[in-house]
This record gives sequence, structure tokens and C-alpha cells, in this order.
Amino acid sequence: MSPTASQLLQYLVSGLTLGSVYAMIALGFTLIHNATGIVNFAQGEFVALGALMAVSGAAAGLPMPVAVLAAVAGVTLVGAALERVAIRPAREATVITLVIITIGASIFLRGIAMWVWGPDALPLRHFSGEHPIVVAGASVLPQHLWIVGIVLVTMLALWLLGERTQVGKAMRACAVNREAAQLVGIPASRMVMLSFALSATLGGLAGAIVAPLAMAQYNMGIMLGLKGFASAILGGMGNPLGAVVGGLLLGTLESLGAGLLWSGFKDAIAFAILLIVLLARPTGLLGRRSA
Amino acid sequence: MTARERTTEAARAQARPAARAAGALTRHWWLPAGAGAAALPLVLRDSYGLHLAVLVGINAVVVLGLNLLMGYAGQVSLGQAAFVGIGAYASAVISGSLGLSPWLGVAAGIGLGATTAALVGAPLLKLRGHYLAMGTLGFGMIANIVMAQWQGLTRGDRGISVRAPLSVAGLALDTELRRYYLVAAVVLAAMVVAANIIDSRVGRAMRAVHGSEVAAAVSGVDTQRYKVRVFVLSGALAALAGSLYAHHSGYVNPDSFGFHYSILLVVMAVLGGMSSIGGALVGAAAVTLINEQLRWFQEFSTIIFGALLMGMMVFLPSGIWAGAAGIVRRLGRLRRAGRRDGA
Repeated sequence: MSPTASQLLQYLVSGLTLGSVYAMIALGFTLIHNATGIVNFAQGEFVALGALMAVSGAAAGLPMPVAVLAAVAGVTLVGAALERVAIRPAREATVITLVIITIGASIFLRGIAMWVWGPDALPLRHFSGEHPIVVAGASVLPQHLWIVGIVLVTMLALWLLGERTQVGKAMRACAVNREAAQLVGIPASRMVMLSFALSATLGGLAGAIVAPLAMAQYNMGIMLGLKGFASAILGGMGNPLGAVVGGLLLGTLESLGAGLLWSGFKDAIAFAILLIVLLARPTGLLGRRSA
Repeated sequence: MTARERTTEAARAQARPAARAAGALTRHWWLPAGAGAAALPLVLRDSYGLHLAVLVGINAVVVLGLNLLMGYAGQVSLGQAAFVGIGAYASAVISGSLGLSPWLGVAAGIGLGATTAALVGAPLLKLRGHYLAMGTLGFGMIANIVMAQWQGLTRGDRGISVRAPLSVAGLALDTELRRYYLVAAVVLAAMVVAANIIDSRVGRAMRAVHGSEVAAAVSGVDTQRYKVRVFVLSGALAALAGSLYAHHSGYVNPDSFGFHYSILLVVMAVLGGMSSIGGALVGAAAVTLINEQLRWFQEFSTIIFGALLMGMMVFLPSGIWAGAAGIVRRLGRLRRAGRRDGA
């Protein structure tokens, strides 16, 4: 049975939605990578904490926008605290040691999440109803639109931050050359903390907006974090545009692969495509040649 | 031990008879290590202690390969659990499902692990840094999904039980104690082989690749070939460990060889201390035993493990082995300084 056009459109809708979530997580990886050179393995836990905190906020009777913002603020604090407590004291260490510290942080945060919220998947109310809008035979949930819209606005905000503000320019200067940035008076260590805080903001927001579709669970960050990392690598590590392209591409391919081929191999398809791309372009789609 | 350390060690040994004995001991470290391993069951009298020691040994064999790959050749692998799984499933299918000789399963596992590593490593090891990490991670994920989905061969999530024990010279290794001695011998042999490789031409080439791949290539080292060779060795060691695991636990299931285990193996290698043979054993022991002890804390166990891991890496950034060596050196310096002051 060959898939109909409306089926393909349906896969595309869910793929692009998932892909924009991946893109947001991938941007978090990119920010920390550019500031420190490390891969932050706790990025997925930021996502899980965002989802779980939003669930708690909504359960406490907060209006949805307040619950989401409170969750994002909470995760941002976690990100900043992580940098202050575990990364800064080891800043002289090698990249691999720092990466292992983030692995320790991910295990720690996952443990905390399970202790506080328990092992079960928790539901979160859709932001505005669950009545699908049917477009050319494909049903689009309002939540799909919320996710894509929020991700677009966030990216625009991030771009403005990078291009138009002093802080954003300082962060980019640190990414280009840390020593030189320090020489012209940019406090590099504060920029590292900012990169962790901002990555946590992105991760927490990604978790809060995806929770109505995917539920919130203490261990949801493992897979989402991996997919975010894969997206960042696919697009070219360190390139924000690459992170977005990588995320959208990975989400779409994964959704099409699962729909058209065999869903048990959904993740295998995503990773196989990633490997093929890497073999053809060893520094990702938009990465620098000499990474 | 590096060549230079060895020369200074030898010079010191000529100077003093007591130091000469100490020098001989460090050169022939496998003698006290073997004696210690042989005597360990006297301390761990119950089978639970021996079971833990076997697990430590199995992990140490994998970490030793990873240590050569990461610490000496400078190439990361986040998919090492796949090779352990390949070894375990080779044993499970050949000895468990088909009922053939267990040693045939071990041999097939090593062969399959090495072949897979060669096939996967040749293209993947052209990647660098985080891209290589992602590439190996992707390979590990795919391999694990295949283990779970290839129902006809692996029985998927139901797993395969492995009843037949390995046997040596007609002696069935069907008790914890006997398996302990087999695993201890394998660990010691693997350590001796690794130490010899490090001190050989291959080892120097590996270290050159780690130092600067460009400089190594310019000096005539075929960097790609050495990287693949080390990867194949690490894959073979991991597969061997997997076979031992299958026969020790008596049951093989895809969950044991996923991303989580790959990460834990890298943690063992870095926590123990890269670029040191002893570090591999120490790292495997630390992570395996800490995880085991933390079971008592139930839901707090992962919280404590994560906090411990962060703390240890912050305070011992080059790993336990190098950290401990540093402390011993500092103590020695203090004692010598004290003696000088007294005289």
C-alpha cells in the first residue's frame, strides 16, 4: 500500500513539530559547546525538568503561560547552578573530564526528578484545546502550532540577542576566541555561566511545550537529549543555523521513516541517516571544514 | 610506565639495593598483581563478593580496550557496549540456542567483535572529536536496536539463557570461584598484552596520533591504520568480556548493552584514569562497586551516584589512578623532607 498524499502530509506535520523541539535542544548544545568546547550531556535533563515543572505548576492551579514561564525560570536557575557548582571548579580540566562531569550531572538530575515526580509519565493539558484542524486531509493539533510558533519566536529572540545586544556579542566573541575576548575585557567565565543558563532556558522551554504531546517523565531527557545532540552534529557542531536545520531534518526523516518503514526501527533509521551524512560530510551539513 | 620512567627507575635501582628490589617489582608488576588476584578469594569468602569481583573483571577487560583507544590513541567511543553485546550474543546463540561448544561461542564472539570493529571503524575513525563521539554513539544505538528487534536470532526482549558453563581442561567453571579465576587470568593477560603494546612501536605510533595526528602523519605514521587497529583490539576485548558475561550471568538481554552501559564504560575509563593500565582496573572497580553498594539507598542511589561522579571528577580531574599516585608522591616528598630536617 503506497501512502497517500494526506498521510505524507501528516508525517510531515508531526516531523516538523518534533524537529523544531530537537532544534531548540540542539541550540542548547551549540551554546554550551561554543562557550566551553564540551558536549553537555545534562541537556536532556533540562528538557525533562522543564516538562515536569510545568506539570507541577499547572497542577498547582497556575494559568498555563505562568506555569510554563515558571518552569523555564526554574530550569534556568538549575543550569546556572550546575555551572557554578560543578563546571567552574573544574574549568582547568580537560574536555573529557568536563564531559564526564555533565554525565554525572545528568544522572544526578534524573535521580532528583524521579525522587520528586516519581517514575510515571505525567500528562499536561494542551495549551488551547485538543480539537484538530484538518488541512488537506492531515490533522493538525493546536499544540503543533503552539510548538512551532514558540520555537520560531524563541529563535528570533536568540538571534536578536546574538546580533543586537552587548551580551550576545560578548558571548559570540568568547566562542570565536576566548583569550582574545578576555583581553578586551569580556568576563569569559560569566559568559560560560550565561551559556549554561541560556541552554537550560531553551531545554526547559522545549520540555514544557512538548509535554502536552509526549507526557512528562523523569527519563524523557535521555532520548530527547540524544536527538538534540544528533541534530547539532548533523547540522555542524557550533553553528546555530546548522542546529536548526539538523533538528528539522532529523525530526522529519524520523517521522517519515517510522511511518513509511518499520516503527520498531524508528530510532535506528534516524541514526543510520546521521551516520551516512557524517561519512559524506565529516563536519556536518553546515560545519566548518577544520573542526 | 613510559620509557623515560623506566630509565630513571633503572638508574635509581643501581643506586640502592632496596630501591633495586622496588624497581624490579614495578617492572614485573604482574607478579604481585597476579599474587593479589590469586589471594583475593581468601578475603572475599562468600559468593556475592566473588560475583562482584567477576563483574569488576569483566568491565575491566572492556575498559582496558577503551583506555588504549581513548587514553593512548585519543579516539573516543560511545558505542563500546555494542561490542560487549556482540560477544554476549555470539555466546548465547552458539552455546545457548544451538547447544554448541561454549569456547566456540567465545571464539566466534571475539572474531565477530573484531570484524565488526574493523568494518565500522574504517569509515567512522575518519571523524574527529565530537563527530566521532556521535558516530560511535549512533553505531551503538543501531546495534542495540538490532539486538532488540532481530527476534529470530536474539529472541528480542525475552532474551536468551546460557546454561552450559565454560570448562578448562575438563573442569566445568560452574561456581563463582572458578569463574573468578578464569576472569582474573583474562584480566591479567589483557593487562600484560596492553602494557606490551604501549611500550612497542605500535604504542609509540598510537601516542603520536594522540599528541598530534598531523605531526604523526608527517612523520610517516599511517594514522588511520593505527586508529583502526586499536579500535579492532578494543572491540575484540569488549566482545571477549561479553562472552564471559553471558556465561557468568547465564542470561543475555538487549537492555544490558545499551547507551547507558556505553556511557558507564567511558565513565570507568576516565574516572580510573586514562593512559594507565592500572586506571582501567581501578575505574571498573570503583564504578561497579559504588553502583552495587548504592542499591541500599534505593531511590536515592542514582542521585548519590551522580553527585559522587561529579565530585570525584572535580577533585580528581585526571582520574583516581593518577590522583592516588600524586598523593603517594606528595607523601613521599614530605617524608624525605622530614628525614632531611631530622638529620
